[in-house]
Amino acid sequence: MFAEHLLSWIIFSPLVGAVAILFVPKRLPNLMKTLALISTAIPLWWVAQLYNQFDPADAAFQYVERAPWIKAFNISYSVGIDGISILMVLLTAMLSFLCIVASWNIRQHVRGYFALFLLLDTSMMGVFCALDFFLFYVFWELMLLPMYFLIGIWGGPKKEYAAIKFFLFTLVGSVLMLIVMVVFFFGSAEPTTGLHSFDLMILADQSMHQSLLLNTTIRWLCYFALLINFCIKIPVVPLHTWLPDAHVEAPTAVSVILAGVLLKMGAYGILRISYPLLPDMAFVFAPYVALFGVISIIYGALCAMAQQDLKKLIAYSSISHMGFVVLGISVFTNTTAINGAVLQMFNHGTVTAMLFLLVGVIYDRAHHRIIDGFGGLAKTMPIYAGYTGLAFFAALGLPGLSSFISEALVLIGSFQQYRVYTITATSGIVLTAGYFLWTMQRVFLGPVKEQYAGLPEINLREVFTLTPLALIVVLLGFYPMPVLDLIGTSLKHTVDLVLR
Amino acid sequence: MNGLLGKKLPGRAVPMIGCVSVFLSFWIAVAGFFTLLGIEEPKERLVIQSLYQWLLISWDQGRFSLELAFRMDPLSAVMCLVVSGVGFLIHLYSVGYMAGDDSQPRYFAYLNLFTFSMLLLVLADNLLVMFVGWEGVGLCSYLLIGFWFTDLDKARAGMKAFIVNRVGDFGFFVGLMLLFWTLFETSGGAVTGLSFGQLQEAMPRLITARPIWNIEVATWVALLLFVGATGKSAQIPLYVWLPDAMAGPTPVSAFIHAATMVTAGVYMIARLNFLFLSAPAALAVVAIVGGVTAFGAATLAVVQNDIKRVLAYSTISQLGFMFMAVGVAAFSAGIFHLVTHSFFKALLFLGAGSVIHAVHHNDLRHMGGLRRYMPWTFLTFMAGYLAISGVPPLSGFMSKDEILWAVFTSHLPVPGLGKALWALGLITASLTAFYMTRLVILAFAGTYRGTPEEAHHLHESPPVMTGPLMALAVLAVIGGAMGLPAPTHLPHALESFLKPVLGDHGGSDPVVHAYGMEVLLMGLSSAVAVAGICGGWLCYVKHTEIPARAASRFAGIYRMLSRLFFVDELYQFLFISPLVKLAKIAGHFDLNGIDAGVNLTSWLTTKLAVLVGWEDLQVVDGVVNGLAGVVQKCGDQLRRLHTGKIQHYLYSVAFGLFGLYIILLLL
Repeated sequence: MFAEHLLSWIIFSPLVGAVAILFVPKRLPNLMKTLALISTAIPLWWVAQLYNQFDPADAAFQYVERAPWIKAFNISYSVGIDGISILMVLLTAMLSFLCIVASWNIRQHVRGYFALFLLLDTSMMGVFCALDFFLFYVFWELMLLPMYFLIGIWGGPKKEYAAIKFFLFTLVGSVLMLIVMVVFFFGSAEPTTGLHSFDLMILADQSMHQSLLLNTTIRWLCYFALLINFCIKIPVVPLHTWLPDAHVEAPTAVSVILAGVLLKMGAYGILRISYPLLPDMAFVFAPYVALFGVISIIYGALCAMAQQDLKKLIAYSSISHMGFVVLGISVFTNTTAINGAVLQMFNHGTVTAMLFLLVGVIYDRAHHRIIDGFGGLAKTMPIYAGYTGLAFFAALGLPGLSSFISEALVLIGSFQQYRVYTITATSGIVLTAGYFLWTMQRVFLGPVKEQYAGLPEINLREVFTLTPLALIVVLLGFYPMPVLDLIGTSLKHTVDLVLR
Repeated sequence: MNGLLGKKLPGRAVPMIGCVSVFLSFWIAVAGFFTLLGIEEPKERLVIQSLYQWLLISWDQGRFSLELAFRMDPLSAVMCLVVSGVGFLIHLYSVGYMAGDDSQPRYFAYLNLFTFSMLLLVLADNLLVMFVGWEGVGLCSYLLIGFWFTDLDKARAGMKAFIVNRVGDFGFFVGLMLLFWTLFETSGGAVTGLSFGQLQEAMPRLITARPIWNIEVATWVALLLFVGATGKSAQIPLYVWLPDAMAGPTPVSAFIHAATMVTAGVYMIARLNFLFLSAPAALAVVAIVGGVTAFGAATLAVVQNDIKRVLAYSTISQLGFMFMAVGVAAFSAGIFHLVTHSFFKALLFLGAGSVIHAVHHNDLRHMGGLRRYMPWTFLTFMAGYLAISGVPPLSGFMSKDEILWAVFTSHLPVPGLGKALWALGLITASLTAFYMTRLVILAFAGTYRGTPEEAHHLHESPPVMTGPLMALAVLAVIGGAMGLPAPTHLPHALESFLKPVLGDHGGSDPVVHAYGMEVLLMGLSSAVAVAGICGGWLCYVKHTEIPARAASRFAGIYRMLSRLFFVDELYQFLFISPLVKLAKIAGHFDLNGIDAGVNLTSWLTTKLAVLVGWEDLQVVDGVVNGLAGVVQKCGDQLRRLHTGKIQHYLYSVAFGLFGLYIILLLL
């Protein structure tokens, strides 16, 4: 009973926690926090179990659960995971747990914050596990709601603007996805029963496409609509401008989730929805997508270099780093690049999470994030400087740390198909080194500024949130095979789908 | 045996750990060296150890597979000995030099990490693992050059080193990708990794690849990798970071300049000799860049007043010699000079460090007469000085002369180029002797030019510092014995040891040796060295007014030289400023272009909404109301027809019938 429904337990236990928090009396904020901690710790434990039992050699979905949901439209609650989704689930569970710890200093509206956070957790897990297009859509939309409030209520000075911007951008994409979903529902049918379906496996079976979906223009439009939706989420330049604002205004833990998990959903959506459902179009679009990936890498890096706000800089660096993912998933002649891309999704999740946590640390102490406003912090906060150094060097792709492996794999893989793009993207590593070291110098090096001479060193709770991520960053730099083993089969399967 | 990797845990509070761990790795390197020697057949002197599968991705057409593997062969054994041996001495010296600095643990941790990265680089069995060490030394140089980070200039120097290196690494990485995919495609997927064995085997296929823009792929790859080498080994055009790298603690400078980092480029080319040999054009470029760098840097060294900067430019210049050597395919001569250079340059730097330790500044103009205060430093420094100046039979003479001979007899694609480079090398050798003489005289001869109070504090360094100096001095003097010139008819130990890796191209072939010619050239280069020394003596002891006169006479040239040919300014103008500007533009565009577009859309939408609201009220509602009005009006008008009088109806009917009749008639 339990083992068959493990995924559902993982998806919904945060929701259970959220409901429980609603009933905790207002005067017990610590109980609420503890409840939130428990309801993210338990799924993390279960995900670890999942990881242990998962068979990476099998390309099929595992832990599949199916139950009819809305019979009138043949919608079912069906979830399952393959190598790509388990990695994302792992990342989500881990970051959610760490973010609850990082949110411990939330003072206002504690109940609302943690309840919404857990709701967000459930929706993210749901997106990564859903095997039914409708279910995927529901979780995708569900995620908007808590995110909107988390930014809009607990955010910085321009929180309303940022929240609405985020909401509207995502909504535009979602509407496009909704249309595509309806087209697919009516454009395909199960051969035996003739029923329309939302089941992703059935929709991916090209022989079941009929009427509308046989029209190339419709297919082209469908792919384009999905691409816009997912590219907003990743985000790909020029659809990215919601990101810097949302990041700057969001509270630390929400930024972590936003950059660590939400951005990955875009790339995940392309791999899970776009490629299997419209493989022919994937092939047509790939060169253009790759181009926009490269544009994101360079443009994001240049914009990052121009920033004054530390958090905004990291937001732009996220755009740049996600560009590697976009470039990598557009390569079909080998699977090196796509493996690198998915590894990069994970690595970017851990590294950016570290970066945002670190910015949160300094913001809590100095109450601003202006890069030029600091200086010499390495003297006052050496441990903090050490963690930041590690995160910065990981972000700039230093060999021996995790991001290097993923970026190198993306570049090496892409080179076979897109030489000019790849060389351009490679020059991005010089820019990245430039702006990170420049920031490092302005914030940490040089003489100590008087007003910051007494800043307290990073505390134990903060160290606790950073250390697991730091360990992963170092470990995967020297031994990335655990992740590559996990995702390899599923990715090969995905690429084969497109090539067929 | 190749566990050289394991014991590099970050050094803890005690400098002991730092030293012991490096000594251990030196000891293991020695053991490894003798293990290799123990293998009778030179061709089989190769040990490869794989720790684990590092990367593995497979698809239908092929595989990308790399192991974290190490390779101990004669070449890496020599490098290991140099890195860990000289490295150990520098660690030992650091104990004295850094005593009293409160961040010693950090220092030794970085230094150990540096040794680790360099050993990783030289022991790596494939290009990507090599790249890890390659960037690793870049990182360590960043950390160590900017070690005293509260001084912003030093921090900046560290950053510059890393970023300039990154530019080189960009070339290296592109070269690596091009190499892999060309081999992959020409071999139909048989090449799966980047291990040196595999690359060497597949190298003949590289020739068959389709040229890009009419240039052989091999040439492209070699040139791109060479870009990486110019970054790491401070050659034109990427040498600018090295003089600034003086900001770090002096033992670090010694480490960077002698044992690690800068030698990486030379090592890489020697390691990939099979690749470079199949790209003669690229080799010629290497030789030319080496020659020009050697000469240019030597001229810059003449006018520097900072003791460490003189040595920094001399490093660049000596590295230029090494590149000249590998550029004419005399790989073992290049490695020979690398080894001897690491002895005497480490010695010179540590000696300079000892001087700085005593006088607390770097300025040659305020030194002098130090030989009385620090006899051991002076004596050992003299050994290094004579070696670098090329005085026979010291180590520097042996290796430099072998290079010059190899350049003289080389067969470069352009006729006469070899001779021209040789001449350039000879002039450089003389310049080297000149500026080194200047340095020694300014620092050690005459009387002390600082304040009397400073003079009072002058003292010899502790034994833990002079000990390594003496060891290095001995090596600098006798190091040449491992590569005796051919006319002596004695075995060239290094060359024959390296032969299995570097092949027969390593240096001069004894069969076709024109002994007479070589002896003549040897005499010539000795004479040139002596001339340089005499020149230095003349200018700085005998007629001390000459340098000032020359400086004012050739003010333009002097200014050029003392401002380093304005290269820093040029790069700032050509690359950095435009880049920062571009970044500003991008940020501006993002905010005022794309984002403003988004905001405009939202503004327009809200305005549109307001408009639609108004329109709804006025137009839609108005239309509805208006329509009602129109109907009403029509009704009003039509109502007037309904008069209720029967005659009116009858008239109408009759009129209508008549009208119809007319229509029928017309049809």
